[in-house]
Amino acid sequence: MTKMAGNPGDVLPERAFKPDNVQSFLYNAVLFNAHRIHFDEPYTTEVENYPGLVVAGPLMGDWLHQCVLEWIGDEGKLTSIEYSNRKAAYIGETLWSGGKILSCDEQNRELELEVYIKNEKDEKIVPGTAVVKY
Amino acid sequence: MMGNLLTDHLLSNIGKKAPIKKELVTRRDIRKYSIATGQRQKKFLDGDEAPPMFHVSLFWDVVDMDQLSPDGVFIDRLLPEFPLKKAMAGGLKIDYYQPVYPGQWLTAARTLTDIYEKEGSKGPLIFYEITMEVENEAEEKVLTEVTTRILR
Repeated sequence: MTKMAGNPGDVLPERAFKPDNVQSFLYNAVLFNAHRIHFDEPYTTEVENYPGLVVAGPLMGDWLHQCVLEWIGDEGKLTSIEYSNRKAAYIGETLWSGGKILSCDEQNRELELEVYIKNEKDEKIVPGTAVVKY
Repeated sequence: MMGNLLTDHLLSNIGKKAPIKKELVTRRDIRKYSIATGQRQKKFLDGDEAPPMFHVSLFWDVVDMDQLSPDGVFIDRLLPEFPLKKAMAGGLKIDYYQPVYPGQWLTAARTLTDIYEKEGSKGPLIFYEITMEVENEAEEKVLTEVTTRILR
């Protein structure tokens, strides 16, 4: 239970992601998601006026999960997660997942975590919280 | 102060349910999802267990191409026509009850659980909430996902 014996403020390891066209294609193909802002660059920039192809929101949500799951390993389980996609991210950007312990409930063997995806401007574009049981 | 965008007719859609979907979890689909999302845990990459958000791919609508709007998006039949159209960032809350493994048949029941209006700094906003309950063949809860979307 070494990781789970953390204190509020302790941080989860950050991980860098640099989604490219291939990953974006594979992810949206797996979903069967035909939203053109993820693969049709002329449409995305000229019709929707985005600066580039948009990284799928739930893909970043998945990265929040991975941040928690890789940190807890076999020592606990993720029971709940809540997040919002506040700002778009674009193919070619480097993004980071990370988080920290917000509170420890030793009686219920539960941790509340802050999790986030941040961009190169250090903006938390996908903020959230998660609950882990151990 | 509350606005009056939400008519009784619109609000009567609260509680509306989509047809229940039933899908088979396969090792191949887990592996594809795991690779595409950049998983690093062997159990996910080998397809022995599904990553938590695998259900997003399992229950994404599979529709004919003529049911997609020009931007490539499927029009969700669960939603009424709202007077505000521009979608803003939304939120998601998922409670997990048990892991998902290859070979399982899962069902997803989606319900439009709430519609409400708030006054934003630049005008009225409509919020709607969809709850998806995923169960296994023993009718045990696997996960509950609540999605909130904002229209302006």
